[in-house]
Amino acid sequence: MPINYYIILAIALFSIGVMGVLTRRNAIIIFMCVELMLNAVNLLMVAFSKLHYGAVATFNPYASTGTDAQVFVFFIMVVAAAEVSVGLAIIVMMYRNIHSVDVNFLNRLKH
Amino acid sequence: MSVTVILFWLLSVLALGAALMMVTSKNPVYSVLWLIVVFFAISGHYILMNAQFLAIVNIIVYAGAIMVLFLFVIMLMNLNAETEPQKNKWLKLAGAVAGGCLLLVFVAALRQTELLKLQEVNMSGPTGLIRRLGMVLFTDYVLPFEIASVLFLSAMVGAVVIGKKGD
Repeated sequence: MPINYYIILAIALFSIGVMGVLTRRNAIIIFMCVELMLNAVNLLMVAFSKLHYGAVATFNPYASTGTDAQVFVFFIMVVAAAEVSVGLAIIVMMYRNIHSVDVNFLNRLKH
Repeated sequence: MSVTVILFWLLSVLALGAALMMVTSKNPVYSVLWLIVVFFAISGHYILMNAQFLAIVNIIVYAGAIMVLFLFVIMLMNLNAETEPQKNKWLKLAGAVAGGCLLLVFVAALRQTELLKLQEVNMSGPTGLIRRLGMVLFTDYVLPFEIASVLFLSAMVGAVVIGKKGD
């Protein structure tokens, strides 16, 4: 597949994530849209790693080019998992205090 | 059209449609379920690119663990379509236009790149296999791998401390 198809797909997924963040008021849905953006970037990174491998594969099919990128994608997933656990704990605490997950109630920092 | 091309378009349409449904559906539980569909479609893309390790990790970590966590929190708070807060119509329109402008700018920038269209992604090859990634992960990247465990420990402690009842 040509690389620009993957780039456009990742851009479209990322933009849908941005749209979700801008149009929704539920904190959990906004959080899910952030996850969607992270995944779009992961997909692009894997596509670039395979592109990089393809550039080398004609000379050396056993090259390990592009493996580093996939390790980085793995670490992005690790950090995202840690981020989700802390973020959801914060949302649960917020729900316990103001009995809502509406981000418009959080426009005052002091209360 | 080869099988790969057909699968690529099928998975792309599935991912984009499910992402749009996730953003637009009123009920938060449906949003979570659509996001799981998106993650499975992205995993399908990984398999298509022969990145098998990441496909499995994506299903286990995202669709398996993170989405169950989201679903539990939503069920814990008893959120549904009636209690869902809605922005007013104009703010929604402005958000959609802003996201669309971002898409437009990126695509317009991409159209300027002539060389990029000639480059092909290698859909086979051993780059994403578990053996290769395992070798690299436990030799070159063993220190970040161990630090990730510390990160997980601190995230776990943080989540417990934040979620604790009382003061």
